[in-house]
Amino acid sequence: MNNTLLNTALAIVLITAFVASLVTGPAAIPLSQSFEALFGGANEAAVLVMQEIRLPRAILGLLIGATLGLTGAVLQGYLRNPLADPGILGISSAAALGAVIAIYSGLAAMLPITLPVAAMAGALLAVFLIHRLAGRHAGTITLILAGLAISTLGGALTTLALNLSPNPYAALEIVFWMLGSLTDRSWLHVTLAAPFMIAGWFMLFAAARALDALTLGSDVAATIGIDLARTRTLIVIGAAISVGAATAVAGAIGFVGLVVPHVLRPLVGHQPSRLLPASALAGGALILAADVAVRVIAPARDIKLGVRTALIGAPFFVWLVFKTRRELV
Amino acid sequence: MDLVKNNAGGKAAWVTALVLACLPADTAAARPENAPRRVVSMNLCTDQLALILADPDQIRSVSYVAHDAAASVLWQRARRHAPNHGLAEEVFLMQPDLILAGAFTRRATNDILRRLGFRVETFYPAQSFDDIRRHIARLGELLHQPARSRRVLARFDDELRRATVSNRHASTPKAALYYANNYTSGSGTLAADIVARAGLRNIGTALGLDGMVKLPLELLVIEAPDVIIAEQRDSSAAALAYEAFSHPALTIAAEKARAFVRTDNSWACGAPFTVGAIERLKAAAGTAMPKAQGGTSQ
Repeated sequence: MNNTLLNTALAIVLITAFVASLVTGPAAIPLSQSFEALFGGANEAAVLVMQEIRLPRAILGLLIGATLGLTGAVLQGYLRNPLADPGILGISSAAALGAVIAIYSGLAAMLPITLPVAAMAGALLAVFLIHRLAGRHAGTITLILAGLAISTLGGALTTLALNLSPNPYAALEIVFWMLGSLTDRSWLHVTLAAPFMIAGWFMLFAAARALDALTLGSDVAATIGIDLARTRTLIVIGAAISVGAATAVAGAIGFVGLVVPHVLRPLVGHQPSRLLPASALAGGALILAADVAVRVIAPARDIKLGVRTALIGAPFFVWLVFKTRRELV
Repeated sequence: MDLVKNNAGGKAAWVTALVLACLPADTAAARPENAPRRVVSMNLCTDQLALILADPDQIRSVSYVAHDAAASVLWQRARRHAPNHGLAEEVFLMQPDLILAGAFTRRATNDILRRLGFRVETFYPAQSFDDIRRHIARLGELLHQPARSRRVLARFDDELRRATVSNRHASTPKAALYYANNYTSGSGTLAADIVARAGLRNIGTALGLDGMVKLPLELLVIEAPDVIIAEQRDSSAAALAYEAFSHPALTIAAEKARAFVRTDNSWACGAPFTVGAIERLKAAAGTAMPKAQGGTSQ
């Protein structure tokens, strides 16, 4: 498929999902009124709902989805591994651990910036560990085992931190950190996370050309002038800060980074650099669509976003396992 | 003092009379022989009702929550009694002759204590002021304190009648109850009864919600309540449960509302002191005097 055509189509899907997210919610605001309220209208309550509740939620959904899709595409290309994904590699759960420590110690209440910073530190540690444990040339199984070790440890330590909190509600909030949610996120969360996510995107996109070259092997890439050390730094830090910031405000949302690049890869002719923008657009659309579904199906239940993405992602993961096994045989 | 004339001679009688005179008047007067004397209460609400209705020497132990000033109204009185943590073993060692428990909490503990032969009486959480009446009457009987329970009930009825705002019309202010994790109280809850008796319209009830359910922040904001009643926070540690309280949309809605009230420990349990919650809510919401709300009548 033509690349521009694909990206245009995905952009249209993304915009549709964004608009759908804006007009979906428990408060029944008529369609015409909701757009009017977005830019300030007569109905004060509707303005408040649109500008302070739905708009930041939709923007955050778009940014987080794009982050996860993009990071998945970059990691799969760089590690040359179809199962690489921020969730499976344990980056998200390590970031959640950092965020949990910042919030429940009371640090984030005093100084909000410590929330994304702690989450990014957790994510960075995870990416570093993955690199040390598995590295670029590890087989799929080694990589998955390393990721499993990190995400299990991250999840266990998160649970421990929440159980040790004297607040009786804290222990129940493990669900949020494990599955993620966009419920009642505000502009504060957007301003905390967006700068880091976008900075991360720049670093990941800067590695696009190197990813193309790396498909020919690292020796060839080096001979055509690719700085491998620089590429590694861009990817490690770019993935850590964007996923860290995303997890800090919405918890660990799984499977987006796994599914999206896989579905799109055949459509972009298996060229990593072309996969990146497409994955970002589709990732944003997927999270927004999942967040709409969360609010349409049982709106009063506050179903976690990760439940939706896992319902889509887990069967896909199973299919992927079968496919990988067939290739191994 | 009429005890003294029973046996006029002897030092011991004087000591007895003195000791008895220091206790509440009806202590010795009416308590029959078979009245429970080692009551263990395992639930904050039964703790507080027992503290009101029983003689102090009837209570062996109250739950540790009753000692906590943030949760319990009668924490000072509660601290005169040993705390329990609702564990079957510790309650067993106290050898109670009556155990008071909540109907929804610690069911397994209640069952095992019953199997061990103890008398366990469970109370459902009061869902209205009528429930409070019934609880007082029932516990008064269980404790063999009919006189005191009658006295408490008479005073409760009187105070409740005076606190309740009866005239309601179209301009009745709207109130939103908001707790941790976006929960609110719909119809059939004590909180909704408090709100209604304070002369306010509970939006949870108006939206057709029943019991304790989630109220999305959007719905609260779009209803533009005149009074927002938020849960008193557990200040011990941070938790996401309170995230909605710091959401700008709620802050702005609270600024537009005429009052932002926090619940206190008198909302937690249905007891005679819960009437105070109505009075304080009326004072904060400006519904204390009926003529004060005539502003927008047409």
